[in-house]
Amino acid sequence: MREIKAGSITQVVAQLCQQANFELGEDVLSAFRQARQTEESELGREVLSQLLENARIAKQECLPLCQDCGMAVVFLEIGQEVYITNGALYAAVEEGVRHGYTQGYLRGSIVSQPFSARVNTKDNTPPVIHTEIVPGDQVKVVVMPKGGGAENMSKLTMLKPGDGQQGIVDLVVATVDEAGGNPCPPLIVGLGIGATAEKAMLLAKKALLRKVGKLNPDPEIARLEKEILTQVNALGIGPSGFGGRTTALAVHAEVMPAHIASLPVAVNLQCHSARHKEIVL
Amino acid sequence: MALIHVTSPVDAELIKKLRAGNRVLISGVIYTARDAAHLRLIQALEKGDKLPFDLKGQTLYYMGPSPARPGQVIGSAGPTTSSRMDSYTPRLLAAGIRAMIGKGNRSPEVKEAIRKYKAVYFTAVGGAAALLAKSIKQAEVIAYEDLGPEAILQLDVDNFPAIVANDIYGEDLFEQGKTKYQRES
Repeated sequence: MREIKAGSITQVVAQLCQQANFELGEDVLSAFRQARQTEESELGREVLSQLLENARIAKQECLPLCQDCGMAVVFLEIGQEVYITNGALYAAVEEGVRHGYTQGYLRGSIVSQPFSARVNTKDNTPPVIHTEIVPGDQVKVVVMPKGGGAENMSKLTMLKPGDGQQGIVDLVVATVDEAGGNPCPPLIVGLGIGATAEKAMLLAKKALLRKVGKLNPDPEIARLEKEILTQVNALGIGPSGFGGRTTALAVHAEVMPAHIASLPVAVNLQCHSARHKEIVL
Repeated sequence: MALIHVTSPVDAELIKKLRAGNRVLISGVIYTARDAAHLRLIQALEKGDKLPFDLKGQTLYYMGPSPARPGQVIGSAGPTTSSRMDSYTPRLLAAGIRAMIGKGNRSPEVKEAIRKYKAVYFTAVGGAAALLAKSIKQAEVIAYEDLGPEAILQLDVDNFPAIVANDIYGEDLFEQGKTKYQRES
């Protein structure tokens, strides 16, 4: 067994919250550059230039890429040979979010009691925490600040098994079309297909952690990703919704077996500020 | 594409010259208000309470910034999704608001109100928040401080980059852009 102190988790989460909000991944930046080469719309190219300049300023000045510093979604992959000492794990993660957001001058965007009082908790707590137990003696911590605008355009649909692949394509294209410029395109479209209602959405969210544009290793799923991307980019929505060819930078699908009665499809949209950072302890 | 310089509060004559798709640089005074502040403004209007500022001719920016670091005017400061404000907007335009800045498209009711009250809706680039903050020269909380990032701020902006999205002629940047670039797949 390997011992990891709760305090190290707090420290790491705090650091990742800030890093994720200040620095866009090289995969995202290179997708912007590539899109700027191919985008036909002048306004679309202007948007992409502004996003590249924005990322440069944010990193250089430790300013948040977006004023919406997101709800902190924290993924923990915990080796089964690890035990956490000196405190409760979830409390340690929450403390890390509190430190990261307050010390990094990141916006607190969380309100308590969402359907009535809606009082801002000011330190962006609580986070959403997903844990997974895996073999080994390490802990992987991933922090994904998820903005409200894109998250609001998410959708879960329980398709009929007979709807098949075409049903999925139509559903995803309609979801992106309806969202228009609201979720801040160019998007990364996360798809979770199969399993149950709640698991499909979690698959969709985890699909967003993949390097932008890296296809699913399963060739059939990769073909589905490519087909959806082509159709989404034929919608004409474009960067910021101002019109153009680049509505999405990538479609990432994760698939699991499903019940004989079900074909769950979850769509989780990621804005262009595709922020996530990770550390393995 | 030519840039049009717009001073806020926006002159009623200038509104007539602004067309969907025009790129603009906005300078002058604007006020932030997003979801929670809109709700309070509407409640104040309904009750006949005193408003935190005179709405006549003013510009609203749908924005809640990240906190300023010591020595900074403001943190990052990009637009939020405008459609969440749609149900409140016709009432605020009737009360005198003349310009709005946000991101994403508006409802048919808002577009109609923009025509009726001779107003304009500008869009800035969502997520370009560190860049947009550079054109904010002064920021002061003037109301609803308890709302934290949703408080109303009075901002002095200088050459804030935006695009005309909806004009008084019923034209819509988002519809025009999509029509131009969509294709059969």
